[in-house]
Amino acid sequence: MMKRLFDFIKSKKELPDDFAVERGMLVFDNTSEVIRAEVILKKGGFMIKVMGPPPEIRTGCDLVIEFPLIEQLNIIRELKNAGLEPLNAVPVSSPLLKPVDLYQVKDFGSHLMVRAANMKITIEKDSLKIVNISGGGCPDVPYLAGRMIGETLSSAPEPRSIGHTLCGYSLQLAYEEIKKRCSQ
Amino acid sequence: MLAVAGTIPDKNLPLVEGKVSLQGGNILISNTAININRGTAALLGAAMKTLEFMGKPLPYAYLVGDIGLGDGSRKMYRHLTEQLPKKEFNVITFHYAMPDVDWFNKIVFAIDEMQQRPLLVADAGSMYAAKMSGQSPAYEIFTPDAGELAFLADEEAPHPFYTRGFILHEDNLAPELIKRAYENDNAAKYLLVKGSTDYIADKDGIISSIDSPKAEAMEAIGGTGDTVTGIVSGLMASGMSTKEAAIAAAKVNRLAGYYADPTPATQVIQIIEQIPRALQEVFG
Repeated sequence: MMKRLFDFIKSKKELPDDFAVERGMLVFDNTSEVIRAEVILKKGGFMIKVMGPPPEIRTGCDLVIEFPLIEQLNIIRELKNAGLEPLNAVPVSSPLLKPVDLYQVKDFGSHLMVRAANMKITIEKDSLKIVNISGGGCPDVPYLAGRMIGETLSSAPEPRSIGHTLCGYSLQLAYEEIKKRCSQ
Repeated sequence: MLAVAGTIPDKNLPLVEGKVSLQGGNILISNTAININRGTAALLGAAMKTLEFMGKPLPYAYLVGDIGLGDGSRKMYRHLTEQLPKKEFNVITFHYAMPDVDWFNKIVFAIDEMQQRPLLVADAGSMYAAKMSGQSPAYEIFTPDAGELAFLADEEAPHPFYTRGFILHEDNLAPELIKRAYENDNAAKYLLVKGSTDYIADKDGIISSIDSPKAEAMEAIGGTGDTVTGIVSGLMASGMSTKEAAIAAAKVNRLAGYYADPTPATQVIQIIEQIPRALQEVFG
């Protein structure tokens, strides 16, 4: 019972797709700051979502944080306390792009591969060692591969802790999915 | 001559340019040794093996350190816009870089100022920027994998991270996605789509499909897309037509993978080492 209650409270920290409250978006200087802000705000229990910006502010490798406008002051304060300030906080007037939420899984017998969008991660099933990272095109992909290959799922740094781009974020999603599948 | 522009995952590497050479498992550029195990260095390794085999000059490269913050990419973009109008290359390949639409538009303008317009190849982040800038038809060839093809087919996605699920779904076959990418002007003149079957296509449809030899494990190996881009770039720079180069590159890359006897844990350097043998079989 307690666990179900905990899961319910936890699930309420994610914004539902059709939530009706007035929404705003936080714009940051770069993707690394968005990833950092997401971690801070989710830890603080805020109902936020990472989304793609509207066309007028896109440069190519961007994320924004969608949040309930009513929470703006609290959210800005939380970020400031963590030493992070968005460039801007503005109301959302049109639908934002939704990140990928579809995974492709391939079982090679001794190895398992998960793809999220353009990023693939492959592990050896017995040892849970990361043996390959492929796909992607942003400059942190070869860097992430260099840092993660050869480590296990538990010893490797999380892509979001050392990555800086949307490819790094896609790899984080693939990494979370493969971890989830290996813990089942 | 082939020119290659891309980033290296070393934040201490300054912008370097010059002719590259091979030394063991490294490429040498401006007295700097760079490991060729992944990314743009792997593309260069494959291109060099190809050009050596074809008896043509080794490539000229513009490389810079960037671990994802975009600082190195921006330095490289600025440098390219200043330098390219003064240079002569028959092929320029753009590879790992922070996708930035504004800078990519400036680079296309700089290329327009070159005395003879080179053929443009784009893969990885450079292909994302080319698509998002609406300049895809200005490129000679893109080399997407399955996930990237879905991104090219999705007219609304500015990055593969935002490819919509109904397009990304694995029931969608490559030929349909290729058609959709061309319908929306989001493909280069040619596409070389890497996958369990490789497709070479243009606006009129599939030109060739290559599905053997088949090594299932290739899909998991990081850098196998970089090698096919390097091979096709090398073949185009040696004077082959884009269509013939793309068909041959797909065959050579598959053969090199097959000769490496790959598992999902194989590293791409083992495949690069097999490229001369594969070239010999295709062209010998």
